[in-house]
Amino acid sequence: MSPLLLFIIIPVLTVIGIFFSKTHMQVKWTAVVGMSCQLFMAGLLIYLFLAARAAGNTAEILFSQDMVWYKNLNIHFFIGVDGVSVAMIGLTSVVIFAGIFASWDVTDLPREFFTSLILLAAGVFGFFISLDLFTLFLFYEIAVIPMYLLIGIWGSGPRHYSAMKLTLMLMGGSALIMLGLLGLYFNSAPGGGPLTFNLIQISKVTIPMPAQRFFFPFLFIGFGVLGALFPFHTWSPDGHASAPTAVSMLHAGVLMKLGGYGCYRVAVFLLPGAAHEMAWIFLILTTIGVIYGAFGAIWQKDLKYINAYSSVSHCALVLFAVLMMNQTAMNGAIMQMISHGIMTALFFALIGMIYGRTHTRYINEMGGLMKVMPFLAVAYVIGGLASLGLPGFSGFVAEMTIFVGSFQHNDVFHRVCTIIAASSIVVTAVYILRVVGILLMGKIKNPEFNHIIDAKWFDRMSVVTLILGITAIGMAPLWLSDMINNGLVPVMQRILLAGPILH
Amino acid sequence: MLIMRHELLLIAITVILLLVEIFLPADKKSRIITPAILLMTAVLILGFIPGPTGILFGGMYQTTALTLMLKNILNIGVLIVMIQSADWLKKPENKEKISEYYILMLSTLIGMQYMISSGDFLMFYLGLELATIPLAALAAFERFKEKSAEAGVKLIFSSALSSGILLYGLSMVYGTTGTLYFAEVGPAFTGTPLQVLGFIFFFAGMAFKISLVPFHLWTADVYEGAPINITSYLSVVSKGAAAFILTILLFTVFSKIALMWSNVLYIIIILTITLGNLFAIRQQNLKRFLAFSSIAQAGFILLGIIGQSQYGMATVIYFVLVYIFSNLGAFGVVAIISNRSGLETINDYDGLYRTNPRLAMVMMLSLFSLAGIPPVAGFFGKFFLFAAAANHGLYILVLIAIINTIISLYYYLLVIKAMFLNRSDRPIPRIKSDFYSSLGLILCLVGIFAIGIFSAVFEMINGLSFGLY
Repeated sequence: MSPLLLFIIIPVLTVIGIFFSKTHMQVKWTAVVGMSCQLFMAGLLIYLFLAARAAGNTAEILFSQDMVWYKNLNIHFFIGVDGVSVAMIGLTSVVIFAGIFASWDVTDLPREFFTSLILLAAGVFGFFISLDLFTLFLFYEIAVIPMYLLIGIWGSGPRHYSAMKLTLMLMGGSALIMLGLLGLYFNSAPGGGPLTFNLIQISKVTIPMPAQRFFFPFLFIGFGVLGALFPFHTWSPDGHASAPTAVSMLHAGVLMKLGGYGCYRVAVFLLPGAAHEMAWIFLILTTIGVIYGAFGAIWQKDLKYINAYSSVSHCALVLFAVLMMNQTAMNGAIMQMISHGIMTALFFALIGMIYGRTHTRYINEMGGLMKVMPFLAVAYVIGGLASLGLPGFSGFVAEMTIFVGSFQHNDVFHRVCTIIAASSIVVTAVYILRVVGILLMGKIKNPEFNHIIDAKWFDRMSVVTLILGITAIGMAPLWLSDMINNGLVPVMQRILLAGPILH
Repeated sequence: MLIMRHELLLIAITVILLLVEIFLPADKKSRIITPAILLMTAVLILGFIPGPTGILFGGMYQTTALTLMLKNILNIGVLIVMIQSADWLKKPENKEKISEYYILMLSTLIGMQYMISSGDFLMFYLGLELATIPLAALAAFERFKEKSAEAGVKLIFSSALSSGILLYGLSMVYGTTGTLYFAEVGPAFTGTPLQVLGFIFFFAGMAFKISLVPFHLWTADVYEGAPINITSYLSVVSKGAAAFILTILLFTVFSKIALMWSNVLYIIIILTITLGNLFAIRQQNLKRFLAFSSIAQAGFILLGIIGQSQYGMATVIYFVLVYIFSNLGAFGVVAIISNRSGLETINDYDGLYRTNPRLAMVMMLSLFSLAGIPPVAGFFGKFFLFAAAANHGLYILVLIAIINTIISLYYYLLVIKAMFLNRSDRPIPRIKSDFYSSLGLILCLVGIFAIGIFSAVFEMINGLSFGLY
């Protein structure tokens, strides 16, 4: 049995445990135990993976297990990981672990809250380990649908509207994906033979170009909706602003990465010919997305909106890098996903904690918080510096890699796009520093803020976990970068084979 | 004898119920519920025992592995409906008519089974009528309610009209081919103009029964007026049986003009799914809501037919099976709440989860299954239907259908929003469901989960639906 199965079994067991828990505390501790196991498993997986690679195991996919599910459609339950998915699993387990602690004070229907949260995580884990397109899609939808209840029941502001908008837009994206997957399936054996949903097998055949051209936009836009591809990003600010803390964390930190990962793993990897042809269209869109998100963040007054727009900008950068289609940029894309995942989770966690204390999210109504809650304030500064790409934190490594990669294209179009996208870093610095200035420095605006208590133990748990993640990647990026590169090599070989070779 | 065992068993229990009805004193009628359900369970189990296949009456009646399976599926649906209606039948105003209810329902089931097994158009028509006329009586079952009586009248008129149209079409088929046997009509049906006209009339008649747009106008009124358990029966079992026989006839008898009917279906699918969905958005009454959603679902069923393959046939059967469990789950909840509180609109469901978490959960899972959200079975059903149509190269049609699933998700989410998200000052009080209501819902839940996750069901269906195409 593959150890990967545990990533689905543990959440399911946790949900069952939560179902039978009686008190509020039992529910929370069951969730903590379950997700700690998950975090431990992720650590173990990274260790096992690196050990297997060090021992000279060069198989493309490790820990794979293949079970036939629907025989007549050749649907398998096929799981396995490469370097990239191991990294994503690590990210997910860190964020969900921190998310449980960040939602420690949920009092309304706690059982249902944690059940939905963990189901969502189970969907994400399932997505990252699936190598069969059918199960991949199944887990994708499982990850998306609990969002409706999570935002709708426990959210704030116009939560009904935001929940409906988010769910319908994401499910609309998944509708496009479904069509794309059917197209892949029925073109998966152009030379005859059994059709298959097996991702690795499909990558080895060349799908006819007309089919590639037809299905690539469906797959890329479909996943792109979740990855906040401009102009399909509009669910993101509303959704994130209305969602409860842990849900924003998980959604911006992990769920949006499903989009980026899907674009990389399914759209570009399986349809490389069309990807080379059509990349320019989406490059323009992502460049707009990067800069638009950054400027959008400047004008916002609500902390959550600021961070949501910043997420749009950062996630667009992921798709931007994926479309550059060379090893360095691709590596940067994955690094950016992980770095942004942890960073944005940290931000949303902090915003949730600040809101819980000040009862406002409008930056103009706050000020001088550094004096009353030094721990949270310092954490916020750390998150901010990581977000604007200060060396030593994960953000710098990721963005540096992306721009180095994309600058390797020596034609004008790519260069211009790169320059525009890179200038977003300056804009990012503007809005981050502005917020830090208004929020944390200066005088205490509201006398009530004097009675604020700094972070409690569960807040600290959540924040410290995430900061450790950011700094670990920032200080020692090589081990992560090597692991990702390891997974990227076969993928890139395949992508480059189908397109013009870089000069 | 054994070849016809499904029908004979049903006739036997109908007769038993008739006799019991005569000898049972009027105040003890409600004792009949448990034995009736047990008898139906026995019929269902006996139906699964493999038996001989073959033809009877010179080809008028045929039994194949496929028809056996279809009949079993219908039996499952009827059994669940019978279980779900137990609570409603115990009401004082219905107590006197309990056995009538069962007898009428079983005779429609017998009609459907004859229809599925028919080997010629005469038998087909007899079965169809036997399946329809008692339904009108059932729709008007609460005759003291004006709406119920109206539903009965509307149903009998519209089905009489559709039967007339269908018969007219069949007369043309007979006139041009000189025979009524499916096996002989098929080769002779080459698509001459008169034959095409006959087919169009036949198809229109069937479209009435399955309530496809533009022949759907009777559906919402009848569904709203009829008692809820009858509505669920109409929307699930009756519709499923009609879809089965339409698929069989299109694949066997009319296979030579497949190009023509697939074009007809193409347009009808788009109309049915889109209009059904758009009307469903506006509904406030849950029965009407489910009526329009079931119109849209019928359109999805046709996607499997247009796939024109053995696999397409299998997906149709599979989807109907999934649909039976999901729709009956939703109707079951609506029925329980309506029986206990008399409330039927979506707004009444505000805050249902806080007072009746179990009912709300069942409702949510059933609606997810209808909308096609994993991991419940509806997802698999829809995915396979789309695959069947995509297999035929109809990607644009599949895209339209998939976009429609998003529209349908919107209105299903409206109900979920009412139950889970909204708060209410006067929520529906806590309902303690009785044994049969709970049993019915548990059966539906088991079906909703098991059919999707265990691939054996689909593989069995796929294995048995050969020989048609």
